[in-house]
Amino acid sequence: MRALDKLWQALDERLELDPIVEFVAHKVVPRHRHSWAYYFGGFTMFFFFVQVATGILLLLYYRPTAEAAFESVQFIVTRVPFGWLVRSVHSWSANLMILSAFAHMFSVYFMGSYAKPRELTWWSGFALLGLAMGFGFSGYLLPWNQLSFFATQVGTDMVSKVPFAGAWLLKFLRGGNEVTGATLTRFFGFHVAVLPMLTALLLAGHLAFIQRQGMHVPASLEEEAKKRKPIRFVPNFMLREGVVWLLGLAALAALAAFFPWELGIKADPFSSAPAGIKPEWYFLFMFETLKLLPAHLLGIEGELLGLGAFALGGLVWFLVPVLDRGGRVGRRSRAFLALGWVVLAYIVGFTFASFAGVFK
Amino acid sequence: MRAANETPAVSRRTALNWLLGTSLGATVAAALYPVFRFVIPPQVAEAPVNRVLAGKLSELPDNSGKIFRFGSKPGILIRTPTGEVRAFSAVCTHLNCTVQYRPDLQHIWCACHNGQYDLQGKNIAGPPPRPLEAYKVDIAGDDLYVTKGA
Ligand code: HEM
Ligand code: FES
Repeated sequence: MRALDKLWQALDERLELDPIVEFVAHKVVPRHRHSWAYYFGGFTMFFFFVQVATGILLLLYYRPTAEAAFESVQFIVTRVPFGWLVRSVHSWSANLMILSAFAHMFSVYFMGSYAKPRELTWWSGFALLGLAMGFGFSGYLLPWNQLSFFATQVGTDMVSKVPFAGAWLLKFLRGGNEVTGATLTRFFGFHVAVLPMLTALLLAGHLAFIQRQGMHVPASLEEEAKKRKPIRFVPNFMLREGVVWLLGLAALAALAAFFPWELGIKADPFSSAPAGIKPEWYFLFMFETLKLLPAHLLGIEGELLGLGAFALGGLVWFLVPVLDRGGRVGRRSRAFLALGWVVLAYIVGFTFASFAGVFK
Repeated sequence: MRAANETPAVSRRTALNWLLGTSLGATVAAALYPVFRFVIPPQVAEAPVNRVLAGKLSELPDNSGKIFRFGSKPGILIRTPTGEVRAFSAVCTHLNCTVQYRPDLQHIWCACHNGQYDLQGKNIAGPPPRPLEAYKVDIAGDDLYVTKGA
C-alpha cells in the first residue's frame, strides 16, 4: 500500500492529477425507473474488447487466402489447444455485440437522448453500429465457406446499384469483378486493420462527448431523478457495470461451450448457391424484405426500389436529431415516438418471422 | 498614406491564404490520387472465352443440370425432362448468386431469394428482374460445347 501511495505521489507531483481525480470523484449517473438503459453502451463496449482480444489470438493461426483460409480455421478448431473456444467466443461475441448495440440504440432513441445537445453522440453511435455491421459482414467471409461465399456475392452486388459510384465500389470491395481470393484478402485487411482503427477513433469520440455532457435524463423522468440520489460512477456504477460484464462473460462461455460455431463446407466458386442460404440474423430483416419484393414494382426493378428505401430509411434514422423539432426543446414529438416503435416492430417482427420460417 | 498602405496588406494576406490553401489542396489531391488508383486492381488480360467444353451428354440425364466454368463465371447446362440440352449463364440476374436446376420443380431455381426461371431461362417467379443469358449448345458425339453470343 505504501509503495502505491508513493508511486501515486510521484506521478501527481509530475503530472498534476488533481483535476482528473476531481472529475472522476464527481462523475455520477442519474437514478430513475429506466436507469437500467445506461448499462447497454458499456455492455456493447465489453463485447468489443472481447473481440479485440480473441481476434488477436485468431491472427496467430489464420491465413487470408482462398487456398488456405478454410484449412487454417479448421486447424484452429481441431488442433490448436482451446482453438474451438477462441473461435466460438469471437463469433458469439460478435453477435452479442451487435445485439447489445441495437438494444443501446433503441433505448437511447426511446429516451429521446439524441436531441440537442447530443446530436454528435447519436451520429457517432450510428457510425459505430455501421462499423459493427461492417465487422460482421467482413468477418463472415473469412472462413471461406459456402454460405459466406454466396452471402458476400449478394452483399457486394448490392453496392453495384449505388448511382454513379456503383461500379467503382463493387471493384473496390471485391478487388476485381468477381468474389475471389482477392476479395478475401481485402476483407481481411478491412476486418483487422481498417475497421478496428475507425472504431477505436469513433468510440473515443463517442465517450468523450458523453463525459462532457453527462448522462441524459428524459423530461418525463426528471422529477424522479431529482428526488433520488444519483449513483457515484466510481466505484458504485463501475462495480454494477462489472457485474453486467461478468454476466456477459458467463453467457459467452456457455454459448461457446454448448453451441460451438459451425465451420460448414469450403467455398467452391463453381457450384450452385446451397438451399437454405441466409445471412447473419441482423441482416435478416433486409434479406426477407428483398425476397418479398417482386421483380418489377412501379416500373422499377424490385431490388433497386428496396435498396433505395433502406438507404432512405437509414438517412432518416441518422437525421432524427435534426428532423425531430420537438426533441430540441426536450419534448420528443409523438410522431418520432411512433416512428421508433414502427421501426423496432418491423426489425424484430421480420427477424423472428424469418427464424420461424414464415418466409419460405 | 495609411489607407493606401492598408489595402495592399489585406490583399496580400488574401493572396497568401489563397496560395496556401490551393497548395495544401493540391498536396492532398496528389497524395490521394495514387491511393484511389491503387485500391482498384489492374485488369488481368484474360483471353475472352467464347466456347468451352462444358460436359458430356452421357453424364447429363434427363431432368438434371450441371454447373460448368465459362471463363471466370459459372454457366449452367440443363437437360429438360424431354431430353433437350440447353445452356445459360448461371449468374442470377437478381443479386449475383449461382442458380441450380431443381428436378422436383422442373425448372431453374436460385436459392438466395427463391428466384425461379423456366426451361428457356425466363424469369417466372421471385425477385429476378431479367432472364438468364442464353448460350448455344453444340453436341459433338458425347461432347457438349457451349458458345456465347450465338
Ligand atoms: C460499438 C458500439 C457502441 C459502443 C461501444 C457504445 C458505447 C457507449 C457507452 C459506453 C455509452 C455510455 C453509457 C450508456 O449510455 O449506455 C454510450 C452512450 C450513448 N450512445 Fe453509444 N455505443 C455504441 C453504439 C451506439 C449506437 C449504435 C448509438 C445510436 C445510433 C449510440 C448512441 C449513444 C447515445 C445517444 C449515448 C448517450 C446516452 C445518454 O447520454 O444517456 N451508441 N455509448
Ligand atoms: S440472387 Fe438469385 S434470387 Fe436473389
